[in-house]
Amino acid sequence: MSENRGAAVRFESVQKSYDGETLVVKNLNLDIARGEFLTMLGPSGSGKTTCLMMLAGFEPATHGEIFLNDRPINNVPPHKRGIGMVFQNYALFPHMTVAENLAFPLQVRGMDKAEQEKKVKRALEMVELGSFGARRPAQLSGGQQQRVAVARALVFDPELVLMDEPLGALDKQLREQMQYEIKHIHENLGVTIVYVTHDQTEALTMSDRVAVFNDGVIQQLSAPDVLYEEPQNSFVAQFIGENNKLTGEVTEVNGKECRVRLPDGTELVADAVNISGVGGKTTISLRPERIEVIPTDQHQNQVEGLVEELIYLGDHIRVRMKVAGNDEFIVKVRNRGERWDLKKGQMHKIGWAAKDCKALDAVA
Amino acid sequence: MSSTTTDTSSNAMPDDGVVRAADGTPLKKRLARALRREKLRSLMLIAPLLIFIVLTFIAPIADMLFRSVENNIVEDTIPLTVEALADWDPASDELPGEPVFAALHADLLIAVEERIHTRLGSRLNYESSGMSGLFRKTGRRVKRMDEGDYTAQFIEADEDWGDLETWRVIKRFSPPYTPGYFLNAVDAEQTSEGLQLKPENERIYLTLFNRTIVMSLAITVSCLLLGFPIAYLLAHLPLRTSNMLMILVLLPFWTSLLVRTSAWKVLLQQQGVINDFLVWIGLIDDTNRLVMINNQTGTIIAMTHILLPFMILPLFSVMKTIAPYYVRAAKSLGANDWTAFWRVYFPQTIPGIGAGAILVFILSIGYYITPELVGGTSGIFISNRIAYHISSSLNWGLAAALGTILLGLVLLLFYVYDKIVGIDNVKLG
Amino acid sequence: MKLKMLLLASVASVGFTGPVVSQDLEPCENCADEMTLVSWGGAYQASQVKAYSEPYAEMTGVTFVWDESSNEAVAKLRAMNEAGNVTWDLVDVVASDAIRLCDEGLARPMDVDAELADAPDGTPASDDFGDLLVSECFIPQIVYSTTAAYRADVEEWGGKEPEDICAMFDMETFPGKRSLEKRPINNMEWALLCDGVAKEDVYDVLETDEGVAQALAKLDTIKDQVVWWSAAAEPPQLLADGEVVLASSYNGRFFSAIEEQGQPFKMLWDAQVFDLDGWIIPEGLPEDRLNRVLHFVKFATDTQRLADQAKYISYGPARLSSAPLVGKHAELGIDMAPHMPTDPENAKNTFLYNYEWWADNRDDLDAKFQAWLAQ
Repeated sequence: MSENRGAAVRFESVQKSYDGETLVVKNLNLDIARGEFLTMLGPSGSGKTTCLMMLAGFEPATHGEIFLNDRPINNVPPHKRGIGMVFQNYALFPHMTVAENLAFPLQVRGMDKAEQEKKVKRALEMVELGSFGARRPAQLSGGQQQRVAVARALVFDPELVLMDEPLGALDKQLREQMQYEIKHIHENLGVTIVYVTHDQTEALTMSDRVAVFNDGVIQQLSAPDVLYEEPQNSFVAQFIGENNKLTGEVTEVNGKECRVRLPDGTELVADAVNISGVGGKTTISLRPERIEVIPTDQHQNQVEGLVEELIYLGDHIRVRMKVAGNDEFIVKVRNRGERWDLKKGQMHKIGWAAKDCKALDAVA
Repeated sequence: MSSTTTDTSSNAMPDDGVVRAADGTPLKKRLARALRREKLRSLMLIAPLLIFIVLTFIAPIADMLFRSVENNIVEDTIPLTVEALADWDPASDELPGEPVFAALHADLLIAVEERIHTRLGSRLNYESSGMSGLFRKTGRRVKRMDEGDYTAQFIEADEDWGDLETWRVIKRFSPPYTPGYFLNAVDAEQTSEGLQLKPENERIYLTLFNRTIVMSLAITVSCLLLGFPIAYLLAHLPLRTSNMLMILVLLPFWTSLLVRTSAWKVLLQQQGVINDFLVWIGLIDDTNRLVMINNQTGTIIAMTHILLPFMILPLFSVMKTIAPYYVRAAKSLGANDWTAFWRVYFPQTIPGIGAGAILVFILSIGYYITPELVGGTSGIFISNRIAYHISSSLNWGLAAALGTILLGLVLLLFYVYDKIVGIDNVKLG
Repeated sequence: MKLKMLLLASVASVGFTGPVVSQDLEPCENCADEMTLVSWGGAYQASQVKAYSEPYAEMTGVTFVWDESSNEAVAKLRAMNEAGNVTWDLVDVVASDAIRLCDEGLARPMDVDAELADAPDGTPASDDFGDLLVSECFIPQIVYSTTAAYRADVEEWGGKEPEDICAMFDMETFPGKRSLEKRPINNMEWALLCDGVAKEDVYDVLETDEGVAQALAKLDTIKDQVVWWSAAAEPPQLLADGEVVLASSYNGRFFSAIEEQGQPFKMLWDAQVFDLDGWIIPEGLPEDRLNRVLHFVKFATDTQRLADQAKYISYGPARLSSAPLVGKHAELGIDMAPHMPTDPENAKNTFLYNYEWWADNRDDLDAKFQAWLAQ
């Protein structure tokens, strides 16, 4: 991933505004390595798609420069950038057959017919649609269309492929299957992929690195596990995976740990990740599966909570509790076949380790 | 319900392979009966429209088809003569015999009494000039004729009765159905020498059919050339601007057709606004003003203007459904602006082009007012002749034949279009 | 010809305003009290309203409904007749259409002397109308003419002005565009007259193929300079716009352009072609409506009423006995006599339209003419 050559793509202080009043992308700096699978993840309106469109050449950058293989491309029209792209709605040309769709990028590059046919055939085989060349896109299922779209973006051997929420229109099962397929194609071909999605599972499953976008700024750029385990701020913690929030005030900072007092007086020990210092407000982020309903000594933080609701989900039981005034506090109890004595309307003691709760920037 | 069975051996029902309902009636029959009520009810729902269409569309077309061949008038007016003429050989060089003239006398006596002999004259006059006068004149004389030697008396009344051609025409048009109108409509005629084209100086309909089609195509093409960019703008501009533009497109719809056509006269005539302007800016000199009206140019300009919305609207609604990502996809795949447009965008507009072109073409092929007003002599259509035969010459049979051929041409073009483009490939939105 | 003499005779006596006797209307028994009249609209229909229907309505209280459908009356009458529902009571048509309608059995034949009023001096109607009764169904009203007019301010003509109809074909002396009616009638005759055929031989020549070819050949010499009109309102407009310098139309159209609108045109009366316009009664009217129509027609075509119409429009009354009663224009106050097609000054050289001949040959010649136009 971190080879010693220049980055495949580099955004250098890129800004984008559509109306001249607000910035959709604020000072973006991003290096994407050759062969990397990078996902831009964020809610809609966070600027991720705009970044992709600037990279593809469909939107000009208002300020800053984008480099492709160290070459500035701000003034290169889209068709000369040589970037493959997979669109949200596949964008397969409805009036052409599958094979014609695949041959299109080759034709416009003036490749000879025999070569075209060979490449089209290979691309179709890659996505396991070898016998579908003569069909029209409308005669294919959603998943098949998606595969054709991927094959078309790859058939002319681009070094970089952009994917704009390509699986958004598929049902859950197909989506998961396609995630693996795309991942495998990436591994086999070694192309650089920039992938845009708002689905965190997708991002975590497929990517080498994930750039979490919010409000036109990359909030965190990390590998998926890091993103989940060590969110840099409340937004990321909230956006990736399930998360309990407890807001309080920092009373003491002790190296990598800090003490936080909640409004009801409870004191907690937390990992000091992103705090402004003693007396500052902080939001503690805590994953529901890290909470223990039978706490031991390892769990520095132990509090009492009121059981509000129990939902049986087979492999685990989801417990909604009221803890320190927050009645949206979720605890996931693994179903180990043990008897458990959680009852609705009762107080119960729960606990968690200090390293599992992160003191992050305060949110309202 | 379980008694419905295909296993006929297991019960008392006849073993004939027919699936039966519980009461033993064939299931198909039961089903048909059950569905009949439903069908009847839906028929009742569409009945007003059906009746309306039958009365205002199917019936007139059927009537037109019938009129184009119907020719009962000869047999109805002079039945005895027609019967007597059955034995006469029109190829012979002899006039029909005295019995025919006697029959004619008997027929005309009744016809004159009923005042229908002149109507027959008008009918036959379409085929041979002078028949109208012949019957009018003879009608006045027939009462005064004496018994006996009618041949001489008729020829004395009008020498045309002694002309073989008169009798050949009567004989040729005595059957109740005639191809005569259709022959006329394609500039042909049945003469004693057989079927042949009319003399050159009387041929007009083939030219007009040809011109109607060629000019309708020209109008369709110019509507497409002008309408395509406008529809593209409409489909891709921001909503506010495109709504504004759409009002401009629809504006002609809200103005009377006559007003618009007259406006073109004012603009296009030689002393008109456009010529004045061109002279003023010195592009043409005063003695060489452009002739843009009372010819084909005028018809094409005015009709393109009038029919343009019919091209723009289907194009617009089809373009509206073409997502912008197709062109982006094409560009990302390496196509330049033109290739992306031509290979990817344009083919997807074909259903709209098809619908618009068919609309414009069919409307223009039957257009009548505008060519009449601005077409002069070289820019008039077949419909102008149909109108002439309907309202002036009263030759409704010929008008019906021309109309039938026009209808046939349109259907033929539909067929050709279906073969080339596919009629399912037409979209109005 | 008798017709011409009659017309000239009628004109000769214009100006002697006879005594206006207001005659008492006979009572009308079993008569409908509403009538639907069909006419041409515009100034012409207005003149009929003023001269005929208003006075009649005043005397009888009958309601008039006017339908401006005369130009498609023939086709509509036939359609009504086929549908068995004739809604019109009296229809104003040109003489050739009256002949056609009569031939088709769509118009009712008239017993002229019994059903139309005598002249004030007792002359029977058939003599008073004379040759103008071109069809047994036709009740003449006016004599109009198809004639030519030209712009008086054409510089290229170098002060010369057209004196006869052959100026229409003289592109050298009188360059510029012309406007002629888009039909063979009149144009074919003028072409032959200007190609050296004697007036009395015109129809004999036209009956042969060579004659038709000769006429069309003459028209060929100006074909590319002609704007063909189909509505009579077009030529005065074309002249006014300067689109054409010479044009044919009905004399009444030119009269209103020149006298009422002050357009710089002059009339070229030479070889004007007289034509007739009048009423027909549709065949198959129910008795009460027929009674009313006959009652009205007798009133509206009497000597005084026909003369009255000439106050409003420059068309000559069809009765010999009306001529002396023609006076001044009702609004402009000018003498109408010099503007009548039948005025001796205007009628020095006139051409007589042969109804019978055209009824027989119209279809044939029209095909040839249209084929020629389309070439």
